[in-house]
Amino acid sequence: MNLSDRVERVPPSGIRKFFELAEEMDDVISLGVGEPDFSAPWAARDAAIQSLERGQTSYTANRGMRELREAISDHVAERYALEYDADDEILVTTGVSEGVDVAMRALVDPGDTVAVPQPSYISYAPGVIFADGDPLPVPTREADEFKLTYERLEASGAADADVLIACYPNNPTGAVMTESELEPVAEFAREHDLTVISDEIYADLTYGHDHTSIATLPGMRERTIVFNGFSKAYAMTGLRLGYALAPPEAIAAMNRIHQYSMLSAPTTAQHAAIEALESCDDEVEEMVQTYDRRRNLVLSRFEEMGMDCFEAKGAFYVFPEVPGGDAETFAEELLQEQGVAVVPGDVFGSGGEGHLRVSYATGTEDLKEAMDRIEAFL
Amino acid sequence: MTDKRELLDLLLENARYSTEDLARMTDLSEAEVVSTVETLEDEGIIRGYQAVVDWHRVKEEHIRAEVELNVTLDRETSYEDIAERLAKFPEVKTLQLVSGDYDFHLEVEGDSLQEVSNFISEKVARAPEITQTVTHYVMETYKDRGIEFEDDHGDDRLSISP
Repeated sequence: MNLSDRVERVPPSGIRKFFELAEEMDDVISLGVGEPDFSAPWAARDAAIQSLERGQTSYTANRGMRELREAISDHVAERYALEYDADDEILVTTGVSEGVDVAMRALVDPGDTVAVPQPSYISYAPGVIFADGDPLPVPTREADEFKLTYERLEASGAADADVLIACYPNNPTGAVMTESELEPVAEFAREHDLTVISDEIYADLTYGHDHTSIATLPGMRERTIVFNGFSKAYAMTGLRLGYALAPPEAIAAMNRIHQYSMLSAPTTAQHAAIEALESCDDEVEEMVQTYDRRRNLVLSRFEEMGMDCFEAKGAFYVFPEVPGGDAETFAEELLQEQGVAVVPGDVFGSGGEGHLRVSYATGTEDLKEAMDRIEAFL
Repeated sequence: MTDKRELLDLLLENARYSTEDLARMTDLSEAEVVSTVETLEDEGIIRGYQAVVDWHRVKEEHIRAEVELNVTLDRETSYEDIAERLAKFPEVKTLQLVSGDYDFHLEVEGDSLQEVSNFISEKVARAPEITQTVTHYVMETYKDRGIEFEDDHGDDRLSISP
């Protein structure tokens, strides 16, 4: 069969190899998982079940159920000072993944350049390529705590790009950016007329400070598409539900693709999401508190072991430096000798090399055992 | 959250967390953890540490009963007086004054049905101020003090995901 060039341009995910190794072994404690170890709050699951019992199994409006869009509109206004109209500024998608894919196709013409800060979530660059655009890596560095800076953007040639991706709190580094740190990035976007895709799926998972959305900075709302969703904060990864917040013309453009490719996001998940927004704040707060304690535990243990690790303040990852610098070998030997799975930072792009992504979305007892094993391995 | 409250939360989650781990999970030093837990104990806020046991898995008989008690009070006898006497029995594991249809709620434990029913009829029901007892033998425990007893389904997530 003749396959398209664009598929050929995208290499298979580097995570695959570690996945296969880990799956073959017994007694593996995995710190390589990019999703919560909790289940969705019971109230949200129950709402999904009830919707099924009522027989609500049909499509919803392309943009998502009106009630859900209204709940999202209230939620983001209250939590992040993001004001978006439920009518024409919100699109409910099948996870942020679909949303980012649709945004790329809505924004990118063949040959357009999309600046992709790295290390970052592995789907962005492939998404650009599937939209026939050219990804431009913008490396971030540990010296900057993996934050995006004006200088890095300039040095990597992002001034000539059309679109800039931002992802804070960041997967895989756990880096966050404050309002004053985001301002120079916003300035760069305004100066060079860049559209910003801001993936804020980990917004609720910050420790010791509140999340700021880049769209709230002056002159940014009209050039930004914000993504958030239910996977991380509400532990609903498998329910596949996210949303885009953007000015009406961007939402209309994305919806045109979404209505043909997806039609509507999963109905059962939308019912769960309404309940999640309405009644699950306490559960989210409790999960965040648990993550924070585990984060402290893991950071302390790495410090005691003498492994360098900057203080990640978001998501559920820390990103320690590997002694000797060869992350892939380290991760492979750690898995084979001690049965602890982590992901080498190289997988997440330039700037990730020499680091490990360690997820603390794992039960505290397993986490303690895994840290003991890493210490023994060293 | 105060240091005391934070440690209380963690110990409620798992009373066997080591001092080192408690310090790692909070912003406290090990010495601060030790002194704060001592204060919690001295002030009587922490009354003890016990295992949560699934008796079904212990190969011996173990009976638990929930008992509802009604009492009559008089000029000389208060709830506290009755509670004080009932609490002395080692068979009584929990004793609470509750609102609603009855006055006291008891959890009674023993090694056999015989032992528990004898205890209730001989020691509890016979006390002059006790007017009525209703005994519910526990047949199955699904969850105790926040811990579910069902078999762990394990972690069904992919071992590595992006």
